[in-house]
Amino acid sequence: MSADNSMLVLIGLSVITAATPLVYAAIGELVVEKSGVLNLGVEGMMLGGAVGGFAVAHLSGSALLGVLAGMLSGMLLSLLFAFLTLHLRSSQVATGLALTLFGIGLSALLGQPLIGVAYEGIPTYAIPVLRDIPVLGTLLFEHDLMVYGSILLVVAVSFFLRSTRAGLILRAVGDSPEAAHALGYRVILVRYLATLFGGACAGLSGCYLSMAYAPMWAENLSAGRGWIALALVVFATWQPSRLLFGAYLFGGITILQLHAQAIGINVPSQLMSMLPYIATIIVLVLISRDRGRIRKNAPASIGQAFHPTK
Amino acid sequence: MISLQPRQQPSKLMGLLAPLLALLLTVLAGLVLFALLGVPVGQGFYAFFIEPVSSVYGLSELGVKAAPLIMIAVALSVGYRSNVWNIGAEGQLILGGICGGAVALYFYEVDAWYVLPLMMLSGVLGGMLWAAIPALLRTRFNANEILTSLMLTYIAALLLSLLVHGPLRDPDGFNFPESRLFHAAATLPNIMQGTRLHIGALVALLLVVVTWVLLSRTLLGFALKVNGQAPRAGQYAGFTQNRLIWFSLLYCGACAGLAGLFEVAGPIGQLLPTISPGYGFTAIIVAFLGRLHPVGVVFAGLVMALSYLGGESAQISLNLPVAVTGVFQGMLLFFLLAADVLIHYRLVWRRTGVAA
Amino acid sequence: MVVALNSVHWPVATVTPLFMSSIQTDEPRTALVAMHKISKAYPGCLANDAVNLMIHQGQIHALLGENGAGKSTLVKILYGLLQADSGYVEWQGARVSISSPAVARELGIALVFQHFSLFESLSVLENIALGMAVPATQNLKQNIIDVSQRYGLPLDPDRQVYTLSVGERQRIEIVRCLLQEPKLLIMDEPTSVLTPQEVNDLFVTLKRLASEGVAILYISHKLNEIKALCSEATILRGGKHVATADPQQRSTHELASLMMGDELLIPQRQEHAIEDSVLLQLNNVSRTTSEQHGVPLHNIELQVHAGEIVGIAGVAGNGQDELLQVISGEHRSSDADSVSINGEGVGVLAPGARRELGLCCVPEERLGHAAVPSMSLVENAFLTAHHRIPMRTAGLFSLKKSARFAEKVIEQFNVQCNGSGAVASSLSGGNLQKFIVGREIEQQPLVFVVSQPTWGVDAGAASAIHTALQQMASRGAAVLVISQDIDELMLISHRIAALCAGRLSNTYSTTSVSVQEVGVLMGGGSIADGAVA
Repeated sequence: MSADNSMLVLIGLSVITAATPLVYAAIGELVVEKSGVLNLGVEGMMLGGAVGGFAVAHLSGSALLGVLAGMLSGMLLSLLFAFLTLHLRSSQVATGLALTLFGIGLSALLGQPLIGVAYEGIPTYAIPVLRDIPVLGTLLFEHDLMVYGSILLVVAVSFFLRSTRAGLILRAVGDSPEAAHALGYRVILVRYLATLFGGACAGLSGCYLSMAYAPMWAENLSAGRGWIALALVVFATWQPSRLLFGAYLFGGITILQLHAQAIGINVPSQLMSMLPYIATIIVLVLISRDRGRIRKNAPASIGQAFHPTK
Repeated sequence: MISLQPRQQPSKLMGLLAPLLALLLTVLAGLVLFALLGVPVGQGFYAFFIEPVSSVYGLSELGVKAAPLIMIAVALSVGYRSNVWNIGAEGQLILGGICGGAVALYFYEVDAWYVLPLMMLSGVLGGMLWAAIPALLRTRFNANEILTSLMLTYIAALLLSLLVHGPLRDPDGFNFPESRLFHAAATLPNIMQGTRLHIGALVALLLVVVTWVLLSRTLLGFALKVNGQAPRAGQYAGFTQNRLIWFSLLYCGACAGLAGLFEVAGPIGQLLPTISPGYGFTAIIVAFLGRLHPVGVVFAGLVMALSYLGGESAQISLNLPVAVTGVFQGMLLFFLLAADVLIHYRLVWRRTGVAA
Repeated sequence: MVVALNSVHWPVATVTPLFMSSIQTDEPRTALVAMHKISKAYPGCLANDAVNLMIHQGQIHALLGENGAGKSTLVKILYGLLQADSGYVEWQGARVSISSPAVARELGIALVFQHFSLFESLSVLENIALGMAVPATQNLKQNIIDVSQRYGLPLDPDRQVYTLSVGERQRIEIVRCLLQEPKLLIMDEPTSVLTPQEVNDLFVTLKRLASEGVAILYISHKLNEIKALCSEATILRGGKHVATADPQQRSTHELASLMMGDELLIPQRQEHAIEDSVLLQLNNVSRTTSEQHGVPLHNIELQVHAGEIVGIAGVAGNGQDELLQVISGEHRSSDADSVSINGEGVGVLAPGARRELGLCCVPEERLGHAAVPSMSLVENAFLTAHHRIPMRTAGLFSLKKSARFAEKVIEQFNVQCNGSGAVASSLSGGNLQKFIVGREIEQQPLVFVVSQPTWGVDAGAASAIHTALQQMASRGAAVLVISQDIDELMLISHRIAALCAGRLSNTYSTTSVSVQEVGVLMGGGSIADGAVA
C-alpha cells in the first residue's frame, strides 16, 4: 500500500466514523417523523445516550452493556417526550425544545465525574476474507460493529417502511391519523413505538460519539449533531437511502475540517469548524425551496397533535 | 382511570395556575434531586432558592440576570405567538455583543457622549442582521427557521471565538483570547451604587410595555396572533404572512442584539470567547413560562434568573456542579408543558366498561 | 251473564289465532341488527336519547335526520368507534359488544365514511389493504379488479389517492367494504359529493347489493333519495327516535315534518327587480396552483348584477376554493381587470383593499379560515370588519367598539352563544356559520360571495341564512353563492352555472333549467349539445 493510499484510507475511515452517529440519529428521527411526530429533542437524547453509555461502559468495562445503556437512556428521554405530546397533547415543537434543554443540563450534571476519564473505545471487528481486499478491505471491512449496525439499520428501516404491513400502518398514521383511527388502528400506540425507536437510535448515536468517535465524555459532546440529523431527514426527503448519502456527505465535511491543516489549507480553525453548520443551512435551502417536493414527501400530519376523542 | 375531557372554553384560571403548579413541582423534584446527589435537602433548598436573594446585592444580581432574559423572551413571545420558531436568539445576542463591542473598541478611549448610543445601535443592527438570515431563508426559500437560526448560533459562537483570538484581541493581553477592557464612555451607567445593576433592567421593562401594547392593541399584534393560531384566517383577513415572519425575527434580533451589547458593555466590560451563559436558550423557557405574555415574562424572567444565581450559590456553598441550573430549567419547562394540559382539558375519573 | 261472557270472549278467541299467525310469519326473519335504547351524551348535549334501530337482511334502510340529529353518533356506535353510555346491540338475535371497528368488521359490518378515511400519499391498493382485517396481499390486487368490475366501480389499484377525483375516492371506500363481503353496509351521506349522474350509478350498485342479500343502512337528509331507494326509514330529531316509517307510503312533506318538526320552513324564491349595473365581474380568470391537490382555473367569465343571486354548482374539489381565493384577494392576479367590483379593477389588490371597496366573502371552512377557533367572537368580528366598521381609537384596537359590533351580529342573527366573549370553537356549526355570515352582511357589502353557506348546518340556521341572502339581494347587493347543494341553489338563486375541473359553464336562469341539466353541467357536459340526461 502506498503512502498516498494509506492517507486516503485513513481519511475514508474517519469519514465513516464521523458519519455513523449522524446515520443513527437521522434514521431514528426519520421513522418518528414518518409516524407524524416531530421530535426536536434529538440533541438532548443523544447527549443522554452519550453520557449513559459512557458511564456504564466505564463502570462495567463492557462495551456491550454501555451500548445497551446508551440506547436505554435515549429511550427513557423519548418516553418523556411521548407521554407529554401523545398523552397530555403538549406542543411537539415546545416539548422537543424542552427535551433538548433538559438533556443538555442532565447530561452535564451526570457527566461531571466522567470528565477526563479515559476509555479505550469500542473494539473493531475485521470481516475475514473481505478485509484482505487491497485498500477497500481496510476501508470498508475493518470497523467496529456499530458501523456495520448502522448500515444494516438503514437497510432494515427501508425494507420495513416499504414492504411490511407494520411499515404501511406507520406511514398511514403519519399520512392521516384521523383516517387510521377511523379504520381502527391505534394511532397513539403506533406513535409511541415510533418515538421510542427514535429515542433508541438517538441514544445509540450518542453512545457512539462518547464510546467510539471521541472516545471520551465532555459537556455538549454532540455539538449540534442532533440538529444536523434533523436537517438530514429533510435533506433525504424522508427516504432512507438518500439519508445514508447525506450522512456520509456531512461526515466528509466534518473530517475536512479536521484534516484541513494536514492537507495544507491554512485558515483559522474556527472557520473550518463552521463548515458543517453552513453546509446544513445550504442543504436545507436547496431542498426546501422546492415546496412541492417537500409537500409531496413530508408526512402530511407531521407536528400535529392527534385527538382521538371525535 | 383518569381521562382527559376537552373543555368548551380554555380555562383562564388554569392559564394562571399552571405555571405556579409547574414551579411547585419543579421545587419538589429539585429537592428529590438534592437528596439523590447526597445533599441535605434543607441546605440545598436554602442555598438554591433563599440565599441568592437574601441580600440587596443578591437582589440586584437577580436584576442583572433577569434583564437580558426578559428582553429576549418578550421578543420571542411575539414570534412564538405567530408560529415563528426562532430558537437562535443566543446567536443574535452574540452578534449584538460583537457588533456593539467592535464599536467600543474602534472608539477606544474616545470620551464622547455618542459612543454608547452608537454601540447600542450597532448591537441592535448586528442582532437584526443575524435574524434577517433565517427570515430571508424562510420567506424566500421556505427553509425551516428552527434549524437555520440554531445553526447560525453555532456559527456566531465560532465567529466570536475567531475575533477574540484574532482581530479584536487585546494587543497588550499576553495573547489571552479577550479584548481590551472597554473605557468608561463605552460602559453602561449603573443605576444602583455598589451593584452591577445597569440601565438594561430599565430598557427591559420599557420593552415589556411596548410589546404589551403591540400585542394587545395594534393591528400588527392582532395579525401576529391570528397568523399563529390560524394562518389561513390570516390570509383571508388580508395579513401578509411573509411580512409577519420578517417582523417577528427582526424584532427578536434587535432585542437579543441589544441584550448582547448590554452584557458586554455592562457586567462583562470587554469581549470574551463566551459572553452569555445561554441566555438566548433560557429565554425560550422564560417565554413559555410567562405564557407568551409580556407581563408573565417579567415574573418568569425573575424565576429563571434565580435558577442561575441558585446554581452559582449551590456550587460555592455545597460544591454542586453548576449544571444543576440546566436541569432545573429543563424540568421547569417539562412540568409547565404537562400542567398546560389543564387549560384545554379537565381531568375526569371514568370507570371503565360502562357501555354494553 | 254467561251469554254476555261468551260474547266478550268470542271475538278475542277468533282474533288471537290471526295475531299469532302473523307473528309466526315474521318470526324467522330475526333482524340482522337491532339497536335498543341507545343513549350517548357529550358535554353539553345528548346526541342519542334511547334510540332504537332495526335492520333486516337485504333491506335498504334509511337513517333520516337533519344535521345534528344524532345520525353520525348512532352509526359510530354501531361501528365500534364510540361506546354508548347505555343501551345494547343485538346481532342476528344475539347480544354483542362492539368495542372497536375490528369487532364490527368481524361481525360483517362495513362503513363508507362521509368524510373518506383515505390516505392521500398511499396507493389505492395500500389503502384497501389497510382496511382489511386479514390482508391477502397476493390476490388482493386481482380481487380489487374483480369486485370493481362486477359492481361497475372502475378502479386502478396502483394509482396514488391524491390523483383521484372525489367520485373515484368513494369507489375505493365501497370496494374496500365489498371485499370484506359484509352483511351490513353503512353509507354515511354518500351522495353529498356526487353529481346526479354518479348518484344514479351508485343507486344501481346499492340495489344490486341488496338483491344479493346485503343489508344497507343509508344515512341521509335528502328525502328524494330516500324515497327512490329505501323500504324503511328510521327518523331521528334532536337525538330522539321520532318514527319508523315506510318512505314509499309517506309523502315527502310528511317525512320532512317528521324530520324537522316545528322548524319546517321552506323559503320561497324571492322575485324582485334585478338592475342592469354589474357589481361583480370576472374577466377571463385563469390561475395555476402550487398546492399539491389544487385545481387550476381556466378562462372564467362571470357577471353578477345588483339585486341578483347567482349560484355556482359543482362537486367539491373542482376549483371552488381557488375561485373564492381569486375573488377575495387571497390569491392575487397580475391583471387588475381580471376581477372588477362595481366597475373598478381589483385583481391586484389585497383582501383588505377589496373589502374597503365593498366586497365581503365567506369561505367554506368555518374554523381556521373564516374564523380563528381559539379567539373570541369579539376578536373574530374585528378580523374582517375593521375595514368597514370603525373599531379603532387613535390607531389602537378598541375592545368596546368591536364588542358592540359583535353583539349586534349576535342579536340580529340570533346566534346562540355564551356572550361575545365566547371562543369561536365553542359554538355549534350552525351558530358559528350564522355569526360569520352575519359579520359580513352587517358590513353592508356591495358584493357578497359565500361558499357552502349551509354545509353541515341545521335546518333552522340554513333557512335563516337563505333568508338573509335573499334580503341582501333585494336591497341591491350582488350575491354569489358557491354550493354543492343543487336544491339550495335552485331555490335561492336567479341564475346558475356549474364549475367542473376549473372551468365554469355558461349561466342559465333557474326557472328554465332542470336539476338533471345542472347535473350534466357539473359533470363537464353542456346542455346545448343535447346531452340532457
